[in-house]
Amino acid sequence: MTNAIEAHGLVKRFGSTTALDGVSLAARSGTVLGVLGPNGAGKTTAVRILATLIRPEAGSARVGGHDVLRHPERVRELIGLTGQYASVDEDLSGTQNLVLIGQLLDLRRPAARARAKELLEWFDLTDAADRPAKTYSGGMRRRLDLAASLVGRPQVVFLDEPTTGLDPAKREDMWGVIRRLVADGSTVLLTTQYLEEADALADEITVIDHGKVIAHDTPDGLKRIVGSQTLRVRPADPSRTDDVARLLVAVTGATPELQAQGAVTVPVDGDAVLGQVVPRLAAVGITVTELSLQLPSLDEVFFALTGRRETIAPVLSKESVA
Amino acid sequence: MSVLTTPMDDTRAVTAVPTPRPLRLVRHSLALARRSLIKTRRTPEALIDVTIQPIIFLTLFVYIFGGAVAGSTHQYLQFLLPGILAQMIGTGAVAIGVNLNTDIEKGVFDRFRSLPIPRSAPLLGVVLADFVRYALVIVMTLGCGFVMGFRIETGPLQALFGCVVTVAFAMSLSWVSVYIGMIARSSGAVQGIMFLIVLPLSFGSNVFVQTTTMPGWLQAFVRVNPLTQLVGTTRGLFLGGPVARPLLWTVLWMVGLVSVFMPLALRAYRRRA
Repeated sequence: MTNAIEAHGLVKRFGSTTALDGVSLAARSGTVLGVLGPNGAGKTTAVRILATLIRPEAGSARVGGHDVLRHPERVRELIGLTGQYASVDEDLSGTQNLVLIGQLLDLRRPAARARAKELLEWFDLTDAADRPAKTYSGGMRRRLDLAASLVGRPQVVFLDEPTTGLDPAKREDMWGVIRRLVADGSTVLLTTQYLEEADALADEITVIDHGKVIAHDTPDGLKRIVGSQTLRVRPADPSRTDDVARLLVAVTGATPELQAQGAVTVPVDGDAVLGQVVPRLAAVGITVTELSLQLPSLDEVFFALTGRRETIAPVLSKESVA
Repeated sequence: MSVLTTPMDDTRAVTAVPTPRPLRLVRHSLALARRSLIKTRRTPEALIDVTIQPIIFLTLFVYIFGGAVAGSTHQYLQFLLPGILAQMIGTGAVAIGVNLNTDIEKGVFDRFRSLPIPRSAPLLGVVLADFVRYALVIVMTLGCGFVMGFRIETGPLQALFGCVVTVAFAMSLSWVSVYIGMIARSSGAVQGIMFLIVLPLSFGSNVFVQTTTMPGWLQAFVRVNPLTQLVGTTRGLFLGGPVARPLLWTVLWMVGLVSVFMPLALRAYRRRA
């Protein structure tokens, strides 16, 4: 299988800060590559280089077989880009935004209109089609932005944090869209701060930190490194936190972490552990206000990969309260 | 002849219309100009500087200074109108840079940059769209002038030619604003820098009074000022008098502005990440 996206040793500096310090990555055709990292890790810079918006100081990259530095115009014919901030034209309506892109892609006007209509339907924006985009909600703008990047049926789609700031339901919608893109044969590079999102969508995940790749693996491989899930227990009585920690050591054998508000977390391999923890808590008379299994947060991923503890990203968790 | 009809799926034919490059540039620029015009139609208050402002300037200057400067308001109106037209061209050029800077801040241009279109198309598009604003300046200034008693003393053809030269000059001057819009760090800064350029040009000129009334050192500046040359041209074409010399200088300035600031603006656009 060939790689639709390939980058080797990308270096990019802005003044004295090094945004990318030798990043290499690859996405096989027809798959989703998740690029996971905190704010400022260099994800957006990497996307902007691959989308021919900026040039790296060193390194090389190919998209769809074309060199992004030597033949950027070829690359532009193949790609769609959805930026971190929805870059739709606020004064134009949804239809006008998409028709403009269609015309710039050399569609004839009727064809551009037809494509706009089709995309607006797909993204559930038909009712708002003729309203200026400034009247759209955040989620609608994101959808219009994504639609705009798909007008030309791109082979390779770059999605830079497409769900940051969306509520969970809208996020699930966006995931559905991304899955459909891949089903239609596109290759997707998705940047995200959420392991859960990368896990749900990506075939492979590249983890970036401070402009460097610190891990590359399948979602399952990555979860094997960091523990597939985290059990979080918060006793109603904060003074029993230590008892909870001891109990978790006994059950899991792993070292628990103390969190804010007297909560305790510990990596676990599956949900079977809940069946042991709950009766034991009851046996020693600890009542809990929170008991949940969640995917590790980005913080925990980074802790596992780098050994550094820093608060870097908002926790996104689908909590399954037992 | 048998015709084999295949179901043409238009929307699939994304890159299937190969057209010569110059034509594509024109088509893409026009599509982007249309975008600017839609934006203008959505925010008509953005046209104040080319509609209400000429009226205010013309009436204020004519009725306040007319008697003192030229002996009568009518005589001053005849003298001043071509000048106010040039001044409004100058102040009207500020907006394009401000708007471009805002667009780039918002990331709208990132999308254009990721499309397979000529890199110059987005900038050409906004300059083309500015044509409408400059046409409006002329209509409003002349319209208001006529109501106040301004009369063309040459012929309709000369007057029309004067309007064409004015718009052509305005679109050349736009490239200065586009360049400032590319390099300034905020839209407020664009406005500040542009006024710093436009104010001395519009007041340090023959817009309001005859050049001969000024001290010598100032005359030297006034004579090389492109707005002076434009006003000289339009005065000649609207009221009669020598045209060739100021027209030549105006055309030279236009060529100079475009050949310096268009490449600078395009380069700044390419570099702006």
